[in-house]
Amino acid sequence: MSGLKQRVPQIILTVVALLLIASAFVVRPEGSNAPFVQRLLAFADQEFATWFSILAVFAFLLGGLNLIATHLAKIRDCGPDRFYSLVTLVSFLGVLVIGTAKLGGPPGLQGDVTAPGSWLTAVFDAVLSPLHATLYSLLAFYIASASYRAFRARSLESSLLLASALIILLGRIPAGRYLTAWIPEQLAFLRVEELSLWILRVPNTAGQRALMIGIALGVIALAVRMIAGVEKDPRSGGDGS
Amino acid sequence: MNSWLAPGTWNIALIGAMVCAVIGVSVVRARRGAHVQVRAFPPLLALDRAVADSVAQGRPVYFVAGSQDIDNMQTVAALAVLRPLARKVAEAGGRLFVPTNRSLVMDNAREICRRAYHDAGRADLWRDDWVAYISDDHLGFVARVDGLIARERPGLCVLMGFFASESLLLAEGGHQVGAVQIAGTASAVQLPFLVASCDHVLLGEELFAAGASLEGDAARLGSLRGQDLCKLAAAACLVAGSLVATLADVTGAQPWLLLREAFLNVFRAG
Repeated sequence: MSGLKQRVPQIILTVVALLLIASAFVVRPEGSNAPFVQRLLAFADQEFATWFSILAVFAFLLGGLNLIATHLAKIRDCGPDRFYSLVTLVSFLGVLVIGTAKLGGPPGLQGDVTAPGSWLTAVFDAVLSPLHATLYSLLAFYIASASYRAFRARSLESSLLLASALIILLGRIPAGRYLTAWIPEQLAFLRVEELSLWILRVPNTAGQRALMIGIALGVIALAVRMIAGVEKDPRSGGDGS
Repeated sequence: MNSWLAPGTWNIALIGAMVCAVIGVSVVRARRGAHVQVRAFPPLLALDRAVADSVAQGRPVYFVAGSQDIDNMQTVAALAVLRPLARKVAEAGGRLFVPTNRSLVMDNAREICRRAYHDAGRADLWRDDWVAYISDDHLGFVARVDGLIARERPGLCVLMGFFASESLLLAEGGHQVGAVQIAGTASAVQLPFLVASCDHVLLGEELFAAGASLEGDAARLGSLRGQDLCKLAAAACLVAGSLVATLADVTGAQPWLLLREAFLNVFRAG
C-alpha cells in the first residue's frame, strides 16, 4: 500500500510533466478535427495552470487555518510572544471581515473591494503601505553594513570586488566623471565612466551568461531527476536510488 | 509531423532532448556502478560543522525555502536541501524552524521534517509548529522571520531558493544575532546581496546540485555528472561559435559565413 502511495504521485508527476513539456513544442489545433494527441497537449497547456490556481485557493485556506491554530496555541500557552500573536490574530481576522463584508465600499457580490472609500483600501493606505515603506527603507542601512563587510580587501577576490565596486560607483555619479575628465581623448577608455561601462558590459555580462547557462542546465537536471523518479517527491522522504 | 511542431522550436527541442539524454545516460551509468567524482561544495561542507555548533550551543537552526511557491524550481531545489539538513539536525538532537510564506511549501516542508526526525529516531523531539505559515506578503514574512530570529537567536540560518528584496533583510537579521549563514539562490540579481551578507553561498546552478550532493547516492550524483558534461559541451560551443563568428567577420569567406549562419540557426530561440 505504501508503495502504491509513492508510485501514484510519481506517475502523475511524470505524465503531467511530459505533457506540459511536449505542449510547449506543438502547434495549437485550430479545429475539432485535429488529432487527439494534439488536442490533449493543447488542453494540458491551457488547463493545468488553471488547476494549479484552484489548488492554490485551497492552499490559502490551509495557510489561514495554520496561522490561526499556531497563534491561538501561543496565546493559550501564555508564552512570551503571546501579545504579538494576539495582534496578528486580531489584524488577520479584522482584515478578513473587512474584505469579505466589503465594508465601506460598493455593496453586493460584484462590488469592488478595493474601490476608493472602502475600509480595505483605507487599511492598505494607512497601515500596510507605511509598514512596507518602513521595512523597505531598512535596506539602505543593510546594504551599507553588508557592503562594508564584503568590500574589505582581505583577499585577491575581495580586493577585485572592492575595486570594481568603486569604479562602478564613481562611474555612476557626476563627481566621478570630473575626477577623470583630464584624461586626454586618445586614452578616453581609461576615464572612470568608460571603465564602469566596460565592467558592466563585458565581465559582468559574461559572468551573468555563464550563470544563466549553468542555471538552465541545473533546472533541466533537476527536472529530469524528478520525472525519472530519481529525485522523489519532496514528501516521500525515500532515497532516489 | 512537421505541421505539429511549433515554428522556431525545433532547435530547442533538439538541444533539450540531447541534454536530457546525456543526463539520463549518466544516471543509468552511475546506477550500474560507474564511479562518479563530484567536487565538494564549500558551503555544504560548512553545514555539518554549523549544525553541530548550533546544537551544542543550544541554539536552533532556521531554514527559509525562498519566497516562491512549490511550482518554482528553486523552491523544489530548496526542499531537496531541507531533507538532508533536517536529518542532520534531528540526528544531532537540535531544533529546526522552517517559516514559510506559501501554504503548499509549508505542507511539504512539514512532511519532510517530520519524516526526517522520525527516520533519525527523534520523533519525540519533533513539533509540527516548527514549520509554520507566516504570510504570502514578502515584507510581512520578513518582519515576522526577523523578529523570530532576533528572539530565538539561531546558530545557523540557511536561506535557499528564490529571493527578491527580502534576501538582504533576512540575511542581515541572521548576521545581527551572530548566526552562521549559508545561502543559495539562482536569482542573479540577489546573488551579490547574499554574497555580501552571508558566510557561504551556493551560486546559481549549485543550488540545484546541493540536494543531490548532500544525499550522495549514485543516481543523483550521476545526474550531476551529466549536467557537467552538458556544461562542457556548452562551453565548447561558445568557444567554437566565437571563433567562427570572428573568422566570418575577418575573412568574409563564404564557408565561414555559412557556418556562422548555421550556428545562429541552431542556437536562436523563437
